[in-house]
Amino acid sequence: MADPAGPAASSPLVGAAAEPTLRDLSVAGRRAWSFPELDVPGAALDLPEAAAELPALPEVGERDLVAHINRLAQRNFAVDIGAYPLGSCTMKYNPKICDWAAEHPDFRDLHPGTPAHSVQGALEVLLAAEEVLCEITGMERASFQPPAGASGEITGLLIMRAYHQERGRQRTKVLIPDSAHGTNPASVSLAGYRAVQVPSNEHGLVDIDALEAMIDDDVAGLMLTNPNTVGLFEEDIVQMAELVHAVDGLVYYDGANLNAILGVVRPGDMGFDIVHSNLHKTFATPHGGGGPGSGPVAVTGRLAPYLPGPMPERLDDGSVGWVMPSASIGRVHGNHGNFLVVLRALTYMRALGGTGLRRVAERAVLNARYLAHMLSAAYDIPYDKPCMHEFVASAKRIKNETGVRAMDLAKALLDHGIHAPTMYFPLIVDEALMIEPTETESPETVEAMAAAFADLAVAARTSPEELHEAPHRTPVRRPDEARAARHLVVTWSMEDGDD
Amino acid sequence: MDFTPHTEADVERMLGAIGLADIDDLFAHLPATVRIDRPLRLPGPLSEPEVIEMVDAYGAKNRSRLVCFAGGGIYDHYLPPVVRTLTMRPEFVTAYTPYQPEVSQGVLQVLFEFQSMVAAIMGLDVANASLYDGVTAVVEAMNMAVAATGRDVVWVSRGLSPRAREALATFASARGIDLVEHPMVGGRTAWDAAAAGPPAAVIFGQPNYLGIIEDYAAATDLAHGTGALSVALVDPMTLGVLRTPGSAGVDIAVAEGQPLGNPRSFGGPVVGLLATKLDQVRRIPGRLIGRTVDGDGQTAYVMTLRTREQDIRREKASSNICTNQSLNAVAAAVHLAWLGPGGLAEVGRQSAAKARYLAKRLGQLPGVTVAVEAPFVREFPVLLPVDPARVVAAMADRGFLAGLPLAGDYPEFPGGLLVAVTERRTRRQLDGFADALKEVIADG
Repeated sequence: MADPAGPAASSPLVGAAAEPTLRDLSVAGRRAWSFPELDVPGAALDLPEAAAELPALPEVGERDLVAHINRLAQRNFAVDIGAYPLGSCTMKYNPKICDWAAEHPDFRDLHPGTPAHSVQGALEVLLAAEEVLCEITGMERASFQPPAGASGEITGLLIMRAYHQERGRQRTKVLIPDSAHGTNPASVSLAGYRAVQVPSNEHGLVDIDALEAMIDDDVAGLMLTNPNTVGLFEEDIVQMAELVHAVDGLVYYDGANLNAILGVVRPGDMGFDIVHSNLHKTFATPHGGGGPGSGPVAVTGRLAPYLPGPMPERLDDGSVGWVMPSASIGRVHGNHGNFLVVLRALTYMRALGGTGLRRVAERAVLNARYLAHMLSAAYDIPYDKPCMHEFVASAKRIKNETGVRAMDLAKALLDHGIHAPTMYFPLIVDEALMIEPTETESPETVEAMAAAFADLAVAARTSPEELHEAPHRTPVRRPDEARAARHLVVTWSMEDGDD
Repeated sequence: MDFTPHTEADVERMLGAIGLADIDDLFAHLPATVRIDRPLRLPGPLSEPEVIEMVDAYGAKNRSRLVCFAGGGIYDHYLPPVVRTLTMRPEFVTAYTPYQPEVSQGVLQVLFEFQSMVAAIMGLDVANASLYDGVTAVVEAMNMAVAATGRDVVWVSRGLSPRAREALATFASARGIDLVEHPMVGGRTAWDAAAAGPPAAVIFGQPNYLGIIEDYAAATDLAHGTGALSVALVDPMTLGVLRTPGSAGVDIAVAEGQPLGNPRSFGGPVVGLLATKLDQVRRIPGRLIGRTVDGDGQTAYVMTLRTREQDIRREKASSNICTNQSLNAVAAAVHLAWLGPGGLAEVGRQSAAKARYLAKRLGQLPGVTVAVEAPFVREFPVLLPVDPARVVAAMADRGFLAGLPLAGDYPEFPGGLLVAVTERRTRRQLDGFADALKEVIADG
């Protein structure tokens, strides 16, 4: 096993005891807040619908609040602590210069309702980021209003819908591969379409014959991730796009895996019409424990009129203003999207430039290929094609021989100070471990990951019981998720149930 | 600068290990017809000092130091430094969704506490772990109500944020949902019980977009009389002085949570709040954190009721949300704890008192009237004798962001300007604002 001095999350100072909640820490009369005395007449407000009592919030001093939150932070793993090969999530290093930009008071303190003439810098940031995104994707225009990838998906699908509606067509279905992210079919349904699954072939790629047989006049479009969710490049993509275009369907690029192709191939050149990208994956903005993200949607010129709006536009006088696209699907966010995330991404894009972005793809793929190569002795790599930025390993053979499952291996990895891969996804691979090392890990770290996986494959044979019970060094161990759902306690006011 | 650690020697060694000669060989299996044989045409690369220079230059083109009287959901409240200090801990900033609870107890417990405090200020049973913003939270609430009732008509107050009404329109039509708008009279919603229905939801703002306090019972009784869910978009900073939506019978309360812990940020990232009654918990969109025990009997937190979510339910999921606004929720949780019951009440009380003071001062200016007589909390519409857009531009030259012109959204208020006040505005600023507005109006 690896160095026992590297427990995954908990500081030795914290110990194993559970951290109380703020409600447990609350003492009547304590407070952290301070405001100046009211400097205007403060007669009774006498409001309708007035509160009869104070809000039921905890009462804590600032010192106790700070210690509490810091102790909790110490119970959390993160990219800034160690390797995080969570497949499909692109947990690359988040440069601190980009955080600095997002804290810049000239942006941080802007109200979204400030007239365009007073926020020219912010509008120029949006235009500059749009230009980069369009060059990378081979698209014409892009909107930064969608605040996350799934929001980008529904935005793109509503654009697809508007395109067909304007042509007087009632298309009903959107084709998606069986390896797609769950957000894809969910977004398709919310856009009023039916998701129809396209099977994969034995190489882990879309079965193009099956796809061809499914094409008809009810098809609004095809939604595809490329490289796909098993980390393989869909080599028939040009023909697939032609098949869909033959019935005037649109081809949607899910940019979850854009990191693999920066400066190598462009969705626009492959025949895609609509592209969403995840700035929090490809462009290194931090994931924040589950957001904020940003899911801009880029489209070809003929689809630009449907983009959500308003959009920043360079006006005749040289300034930038807000303009509503002529056939816009409308608004998908309350303001201008997650603007500070876009600013972070722009600083990253500029720092890297075209050559740096290409190097990102090269080294992301190199790290993945290198890791897959080192793992192939002990794990099954189910497909024979070379992987891109990530790959899926199967623990099926280990499970059959030892009873140790992908879940056990993933949990045991936590004891090695490495975050678990994505497990049991995509659904088309048994005992799937989806591994994405990212380009920011050094060869030594990649080798350490390989060594940890190799140790676990050995341990599965020598001490399977230990793996069934892993992890052993984390602050908590395999929480009872069934109980959490059965005895629902989602606020501290709800009583803990007992089994 | 590309943040990859590999030396050329590293690359060579790794390529050798996988049997390749050249870095381009990694992509040899991609169709040659689509591979690009030129560098991307992009500015850069820049060193860090050059990046700083670039950001400063863009920033210098913004007027970020205007004294803010704009609201509409995004407000300039006092943000204590402790919020940034704690929120920017790298364990929160650079983690992802807590799929592995064993190494994510920090994010999970903070989000559990966030849910607890959001439910508390809303006076409702449960809250989720955040949505994108207040406007998209309204859309999610509509979808919940449609799923709960099986109906496809939704009643919407004209007083609901115009941005929220626009977003509802974007998402409703694809799903065949009809939105029926109910008018405003005297600044409040005049509900029409005979409108086309029956509705899945009755949606309104509290206070409404004009800052006016709506009659809770008028909306909730109407909803419950027709078997609909009542949905209120509330201003969280008023919840120390106004009754909770839960106590008023609201079924789903949503909010733009920006003022809790988050700077104005040009409108994003901010955070959407959503709270509801226990009987709707299985329809809640997005992440939900629950408390349980681990194998050793120790308290632990996990994402729960996961079968609602898109990665499991796929095309049958009622929401597609995956990444949400966790870090902004962490900030909101810290700020709520810093405020506590007394602080949230004080923010509401001071904001309301100062708004009254300013409304009175503005109402005394020649040609200016407060547009409606109904009671407001901390935001109110005034009618100006000159074009509000021009007033806003002229006020910016005097150091103020004067408010949000209303005419684009409410043609019935052609000279309308929506003015928001927070506890952060000093009497000097309020007086200065009134004096500057007087000059601007006099200048025509």
